Amino acid sequence: MKPEIKKRKRWDAIFALCGMVAMMIGVLTFVALFVDMALDGFGRLSWDFFTNYPSRRPGQAGILSAWVGSTLVMVVTAFFAVPLGVAAGVYLEEYAAKNWVTDVIEINITNLAGVPSIVYGLLALGLFVYQFGFGQSILSAGLTLALLILPVVIVATREAIRSIPQAIREGSYALGATQWQTVRYHILPYSSAGILTGVIIGMARAIGETAPIITIGALTFIAFLPPPPVTSEPPFISFEWLMSPFTVMPIQMFNWTSRPEAAFHANAAAAGFVLVFMTLAMNGLAIWLRYRLRRNIKW
Amino acid sequence: MSAPETHMSEQLVTKAEARELSFYYGEFRALKSINMPVHERKVTALIGPSGCGKSTFLRCFNRMHDLYPGNRYEGAIVLQPDNTNLLAREVDPIEVRMRIGMVFQKPNPFPKSVFENVAYGMRVRGEGSRRRIEEKVEQALQDAALWDEVKDRLHQPAYNLSGGQQQRLCIARALATDPELLLFDEPTSALDPIATASIEELMHDLKERVTILIVTHNMQQAARVSDFTAYMYLGDLIEFGVTDELFIKPKMKQTEDYITGRFG
Repeated sequence: MKPEIKKRKRWDAIFALCGMVAMMIGVLTFVALFVDMALDGFGRLSWDFFTNYPSRRPGQAGILSAWVGSTLVMVVTAFFAVPLGVAAGVYLEEYAAKNWVTDVIEINITNLAGVPSIVYGLLALGLFVYQFGFGQSILSAGLTLALLILPVVIVATREAIRSIPQAIREGSYALGATQWQTVRYHILPYSSAGILTGVIIGMARAIGETAPIITIGALTFIAFLPPPPVTSEPPFISFEWLMSPFTVMPIQMFNWTSRPEAAFHANAAAAGFVLVFMTLAMNGLAIWLRYRLRRNIKW
Repeated sequence: MSAPETHMSEQLVTKAEARELSFYYGEFRALKSINMPVHERKVTALIGPSGCGKSTFLRCFNRMHDLYPGNRYEGAIVLQPDNTNLLAREVDPIEVRMRIGMVFQKPNPFPKSVFENVAYGMRVRGEGSRRRIEEKVEQALQDAALWDEVKDRLHQPAYNLSGGQQQRLCIARALATDPELLLFDEPTSALDPIATASIEELMHDLKERVTILIVTHNMQQAARVSDFTAYMYLGDLIEFGVTDELFIKPKMKQTEDYITGRFG
């Protein structure tokens, strides 16, 4: 009996070892890349790097227009992707009849998440930039990325809603609630943690997207900021910035890496470090929010 | 045995009545032409083996089946005093559920505070007065024999309560909407014996003011809490009668076999 068990258990050890090697290949590659980038770029990280415009002199070049551009584009993306994605997700889960049409829509949304981002860029170039006349603006970029992450938001919304027990819905309906009241007081509040997580993970993907932004014609070198949203004259709020040309972090990086001078490569590494940090910070925020919002929800 | 029955029948008022009620899950006929009264301010128990259709029958009363596609009713459930057929196409299920409350098998408090759980029925009805809501919440919690236990933690999450307290909270939540008929779907099957006893005692007090229809898998419970009992088997109503008589001398052989434990 005993040697037989030993023989069988040998495969446990073999598989555990293979699994560990596979995991390490992934983890170590990322760590090596990140550390290498941090070492190359860390020397360039300073206050000036964040407050300077790009420059012909690598020592004075900064990422001001890039991080402001990325932030503004993300604001537009979230503004459009969240309401559209959540409404579509709620509709599909709570309202839509369960028939083959819904099934087809479902499969298509899942597939949309796998469409290459450059295809979204081409679509946006034709639709937003030319057809709607938004030009090569922050608005066009925000809408493009909103389209790109829409499937992610829809799928996250649906999964969050599906995890709500049917007993909660029945409890609400049994008290005479309408469908909208059930959605408003139960479905949305209880799924908000999952929805937010999905939104932030989608945004973390969008902030690193380069191809669709280049396709719609973001500038690679830009030495001014969009007009401020707050003005000194009534009505004090301006939306001119939406139509402003812009650049974003990954494009700034791309621009610097394609320069021949090594000093610009250090700038690219520093910008990459900042971009990775932004992405990790967003993921961290997602984890924290999920923990905070779920604390008060138990079934 | 016949004396108390005559005594009871003198004051019996029908609150609801199933007339030739059939119910279909798709093609499957789960209830077969049921005729049965529910008497006002009495407890009526539905008993029978698993799959006999007792829960399905109960959930017809508040049109719970409307939430799922492919379900179909035939016949009628008539609610008195206004003689409304609850199953009629022109009657909105929301209208039905505003008059008929339900308590579920597993306590299902909302992940909100104790107060908000009880206030929810009034909120969906558009009650705006904070004072009226507070009064009603206190009254409902009193009626559900829960007020003394939760009055100091009204604004804490409801899931902090014990299972038995959660179920009484669900009863309070239903009572706060002044239901005419209260449906209980195996309300104690997830509870321990002490919590079960307190729920049964509560039902006994509640029937002074509200009609109760309860599904139970526990025959002793039916005997303890109900005035009338219906025995169902495979979608048929086999026997309906005064609880004491049905348990002591059932008219049907099938009923006798079930209550004496020969099957089920």
